[in-house]
Amino acid sequence: MALKIVKGSIDRMFDKNLQDLVRGIRNHKEDEAKYISTCIDEIKQELKQDNIAVKANAVCKLTYLQMLGYDVSWAAFNIVEVMSSSKFTYKRIGYLAASQCFHESTDVIMLTTNQIRKDLSSPNQYDTGVALTGLSCFVTPDLARDLANDIMTLMSHTKPYIRKKAVLIMYKVFLKYPESLRPAFPRLKEKLEDPDPGVQSAAVNVICELARRNPKNYLSLAPLFFKLMTSSTNNWVLIKIIKLFGALTPLEPRLGKKLIEPLTNLIHSTSAMSLLYECVNTVIAVLISLSSGMPNHSASIQLCVQKLRILIEDSDQNLKYLGLLAMSKILKTHPKSVQSHKDLILQCLDDKDESIRLRALDLLYGMVSKKNLMEIVKKLMLHVDKAEGTTYRDELLTKIIDICSQSNYQYITNFEWYISILVELTRLEGTRHGHLIASQMLDVAIRVKAIRAFAVAQMATLLDNAHLLTGNMQRNGICEVSYAAAWICGEFSEHLENPMQTLEAMLRPKVATLPGHIQAVYVQNAAKLFATVLKSQEGNTDSTAAQETSQLMIERLPLFVQSANLEVQERASCILQLVKYIQKLQQKDVEVAEEVSALFAGELNPVAPKAQKKVPVPEGLDLDAWINEPPSESESEDEQPKAIFTKEETKHSRPRHIEVDEKELARRREARKQEQANNPFYIKASPSSQKVYQDTPGVEHIPVVQIDLSVPLKVPGLPMSDQYVKLEEERRQKERAEKKKKEKKKRKEKRSGRGKKHDSGPESEEDITPAHMVDIVTEEMPENALPSDDDDKDPNDPHKALDIDLDKPLADSEKLPVRSHRAVEAAKSPGEDGDAETVATQQPKKKSGKDKRDDKKKDKDKERKKSKDEKKKKKHKHEEKEEDLLRGEVHEPVVQSEGISQVAELPTSTSAEVSDLDFWLSNAPVPSNTQEAATVAAAEAPVAEVVSGAAQDSEPDEPKDTEMEETKSSKHKKKKQKKEKEEKEKKKKKRHHHHHRHSDGGGEESVQNGTVEEEEPLPSMSNYCLLAENSYIKMVYDIQGNLQDGSQVVVSVIFENKCDSFLKSMEFNVLDSLNSKLQRPEGSGPHDGLTVPFQLPPGVSNEARFVFTVQSIVMPQKLKGTLTFIVKNEESSTHEKLDFKLHFTCTSYLITTPCYSDAYAKLLESGDLKGSSLKLEGVNMPFHHLLARICFHHHFSVVERIDSCSSMYSRSIQGHHVCLLVKSSGQTVSIDAKCDEPTMLGNVLDEIKQTFSQC
Amino acid sequence: MIKAILIFNNHGKPRLSKFYEHYSEDTEQQIIRETFHLVSKRDENVCNFLEGGMLIGGSDYKLIYRHYATLYFVFCVDSSESELGILDLIQVFVETLDKCFENVCELDLIFHVDKVHNILAEMVMGGMVLETNMNEIIMQVDAQNKMEKSEVSWTPPVPCMCMT
Repeated sequence: MALKIVKGSIDRMFDKNLQDLVRGIRNHKEDEAKYISTCIDEIKQELKQDNIAVKANAVCKLTYLQMLGYDVSWAAFNIVEVMSSSKFTYKRIGYLAASQCFHESTDVIMLTTNQIRKDLSSPNQYDTGVALTGLSCFVTPDLARDLANDIMTLMSHTKPYIRKKAVLIMYKVFLKYPESLRPAFPRLKEKLEDPDPGVQSAAVNVICELARRNPKNYLSLAPLFFKLMTSSTNNWVLIKIIKLFGALTPLEPRLGKKLIEPLTNLIHSTSAMSLLYECVNTVIAVLISLSSGMPNHSASIQLCVQKLRILIEDSDQNLKYLGLLAMSKILKTHPKSVQSHKDLILQCLDDKDESIRLRALDLLYGMVSKKNLMEIVKKLMLHVDKAEGTTYRDELLTKIIDICSQSNYQYITNFEWYISILVELTRLEGTRHGHLIASQMLDVAIRVKAIRAFAVAQMATLLDNAHLLTGNMQRNGICEVSYAAAWICGEFSEHLENPMQTLEAMLRPKVATLPGHIQAVYVQNAAKLFATVLKSQEGNTDSTAAQETSQLMIERLPLFVQSANLEVQERASCILQLVKYIQKLQQKDVEVAEEVSALFAGELNPVAPKAQKKVPVPEGLDLDAWINEPPSESESEDEQPKAIFTKEETKHSRPRHIEVDEKELARRREARKQEQANNPFYIKASPSSQKVYQDTPGVEHIPVVQIDLSVPLKVPGLPMSDQYVKLEEERRQKERAEKKKKEKKKRKEKRSGRGKKHDSGPESEEDITPAHMVDIVTEEMPENALPSDDDDKDPNDPHKALDIDLDKPLADSEKLPVRSHRAVEAAKSPGEDGDAETVATQQPKKKSGKDKRDDKKKDKDKERKKSKDEKKKKKHKHEEKEEDLLRGEVHEPVVQSEGISQVAELPTSTSAEVSDLDFWLSNAPVPSNTQEAATVAAAEAPVAEVVSGAAQDSEPDEPKDTEMEETKSSKHKKKKQKKEKEEKEKKKKKRHHHHHRHSDGGGEESVQNGTVEEEEPLPSMSNYCLLAENSYIKMVYDIQGNLQDGSQVVVSVIFENKCDSFLKSMEFNVLDSLNSKLQRPEGSGPHDGLTVPFQLPPGVSNEARFVFTVQSIVMPQKLKGTLTFIVKNEESSTHEKLDFKLHFTCTSYLITTPCYSDAYAKLLESGDLKGSSLKLEGVNMPFHHLLARICFHHHFSVVERIDSCSSMYSRSIQGHHVCLLVKSSGQTVSIDAKCDEPTMLGNVLDEIKQTFSQC
Repeated sequence: MIKAILIFNNHGKPRLSKFYEHYSEDTEQQIIRETFHLVSKRDENVCNFLEGGMLIGGSDYKLIYRHYATLYFVFCVDSSESELGILDLIQVFVETLDKCFENVCELDLIFHVDKVHNILAEMVMGGMVLETNMNEIIMQVDAQNKMEKSEVSWTPPVPCMCMT
């Protein structure tokens, strides 16, 4: 054995390591493949050895070879071996290899579950880290399911390094195992407020990624993100949040209104370009989502456009690019603001950077109007001439066509001009977009009836001069144009001036060199022309002319009969026989013209592109049912084109055949053809109509000889589009003049009546009338076509599975699978032994009656939800939640049962989860003192009602709605009706309050925009009370305990600028006491102030958070402090200061913590707690309001309530338990309290007393 | 999300490839080749963003790259990433490499691709940005390297060569 080890070590000495391998490969440049294959043989030998070091070395080399493109999946098992080494060095090598080459179908992955679990719980944080990193690359649904719980536990690890990795990987877990999302979500949400910025950033990252795909489920998080946005200073986090808001605003325009101001502030204040850019982007998204008409929006738009202009004018190409990109977003909704920067954008067309030119082109698309279309296209045509690369020129060409044809040729006033532009484009050297031009020609000629005569004349000239073009037509796609030309001339031959000449042109021998599908069209349309010619000639007395025509056909057609192309041959021989027959008849002097033209009678109407798809399936027809049983399963499905990076994205983007590149098209076509050929049920399309846009393979195979034509080809007799521009100008001027005349006349007539002046200022869009009545034939649609087209959704999108309602409470069945021995260590709830599982089962039993009712109601709710609009939906949610609160305990055990060995971060959320987005979004003012906040914010049950009350105040249209809703919903819960009545009365009172406040505090409205209100559905939320105020500034503050750290509290201060000047350089300083200290950044002295990280424009408010460390929390205390700031207005700037006293109450050290009744009972029994009591007299409020108030103000949660008696629980940041028993009889309320720290208890009770004495 | 991170030199030789979605080895090579083809023909002083064609993955995806001396650093990202942010991230990556290798050059990347992977793992995890603070990254990388070294001293001493 010893010998073996020694031998292994010796071997290792001679083994190549990674460096040797790399060096070797570099030294064998000529026979690299051979060298590597010998290396692989060596590696195989090494992997057979027992020594793990040798194996690890081999695996390391394999990882390198994998990068070079060698398949190393055969070594998967060895990789697993190396992963499970106990040494970090090897483990890391193993995990790296696995992350590079494992994927879902690697079967040995199954074997890794336990190993990974072991590593995840390793005491060494880097073992855990490496495992998480590796897992993030190769997690499979099975792994996700088995490990979800372990990873979730890691989210509360003591080391931030592990926490952030665990949080990030949860996203991958969600993707693979969507069921884990709901159980894990509360924890994930907590991490948004993690003290470590890295963890916070990771949580933001994950939620943003989730929300991007299913934004509506995350709307309720908006207040939390809003808070983060106003408090975070990490640009990465800010960018993510701001991007997220961009995704949320389209769903909730009110959110947008709230966002505009803080975003504008950021735009003004930030120096980071990346942040600025994202802010601008989101503001744009907001503006798009808001219906126009808000007066201050034009200012925001202007600001955005201005900032973007600065970006575009920057010398940094990156900024220029991004500026143009963002501009194109504004363009969609506010084209006018962008149009004013036309000069800049046209300038960008000349940029040397192709990416930038393309972006600028995109913008042009939206900037055209009837007025400037001709001018812009003229510019583009100049660029076409100048452009060097064919790719860019092709892009220009497609853009010109895009621009002109957009929204059904909306901007084209003169189709003669457009046709001539198209004709000019045919002279492009080497473009591959011939088919595009052709399809435009066809489309215009078919759909614009008025233009047919002109189009036919143009096409005839084109055909006539084809001999000039064909030379270079052949080797590029432009020959497609002659396809269109021939068809137009044939189909609308009645418009031809000289059909005979065209007929001759179409039967020239040179035509035989064109691609087959074009020849076919030539032949077919020659026949149509022939019919027309006959008709015109038969009227003449001289019949010889007609006979000559037939003779011409008979002479020329044999050329096509010999064609190698089946289509051409078939058509030609048919027509040849027909003409021969006609000739016979002619010789007998029979009139045939009528009958010949009857062959081609009838009009061809355009069919809408999606018409086929929209034909509804008749009832009773099952398209998926087999007509005959299929013979075998041999149809291969691997022919599906695989897009390389995305599977889903290709489907998101609307397929536009223009942009698909040729190769891809050809490949798809091939695949489709094959499929169709193999499919007996496929009805083959008639070749002439279908083959139009298909490039023949022949074109590409013809050897290309580049002829350098320095002079652009000018085909004689073809019109120049420029002349139309001039004509059009003249025409418009004339029209204008006429109009003026008319107006004058009118005015003269009207003068006697009203003296109204018509200001015919600058020419507006409507003034321009099309040159001739354009009759655009609409595309035909089948009868009863389905109006919607929701074919853009991809059923395979993994994110679809993550479209999960996160606000619903967790059901028992949703728990993550937990390994059994883990479940026992559970519950860190006060009574340590309160077994979570039993609570979970007990709780519902008690309330089973109620639950049933709730469930029923919920079902109904669901049904209603579907049918009703969003607002109503939300309303229902509130009601649901009200009741959920009572059942909140039901789902808590899930979170607890995972054995967190950490501080009390129990789901504080539940009791306060009155997620009231509506209220947050509505513009109710901040109550300026505690008392009123109490009324408004009586937490749980009444909140929904309060909301509607508040909404009634702020939004005049809403009351009816809500009232109606209320009555409706009350039908479903008759028992509640009484309660509601009570509350309605209450509400009326409250409305009074609101009105009152409105009258005395008009300026308060604006506070809203920068602040977080007391109504926020956050667990730790409490009300803000006044800190200090003078004529310049007002500060309100709120103190929250820090969940993670028992010695920290966070003070959130909202600064509101009350004056007309700009407030800047705000510095916040507090005189530390022995017990409480303001946390200052490292390196600053104990008396230095903290700079407030923002400035305040007039009327704006913003929130800053300060962290204090406290040692003892049993006594309330006050800290003196000062705020210094500079007041700056146009004339002067003065230094001001404001003193304040920060009051740390004992209540502010309490954290709302839920507790179960049996755990609570045990806690009381334990005898560790000391008692105290309190009596309140003259309390005139319903009992549940009283409770709500205690919960809200003093951070308690209700454990159990029986009639007018209730037990409550809370817990301090340092782990003191506080229990209350509240009884009410009449106006007297008695509170018996117990706590393990009597001093603290006394203080808390005093504070409770204070709260109630104020009302 | 970041779809892929590629480093290759001026001749298109891959120096590091990290795909956060699975592709076969052949496809990976093809992507590297195509990306190189797209990126290499661009001048200096043009913008660092490229909308990839079909191969890179449709309209939602962008290539964001930086060119340092002989190396191209290319990130393929979707629209949830901030363009300028990723450019900064590349800069952080390169500066971190510079610190870890002390004046990094292409040879360092050639011979120590595993180390580069380890550094990258501290920055980007599973396609999501993990850490952007360079000091934090270096601290974690150093700590892990220290651990590795302490383990090396544990391995049984290599017997003397003169045993034969």
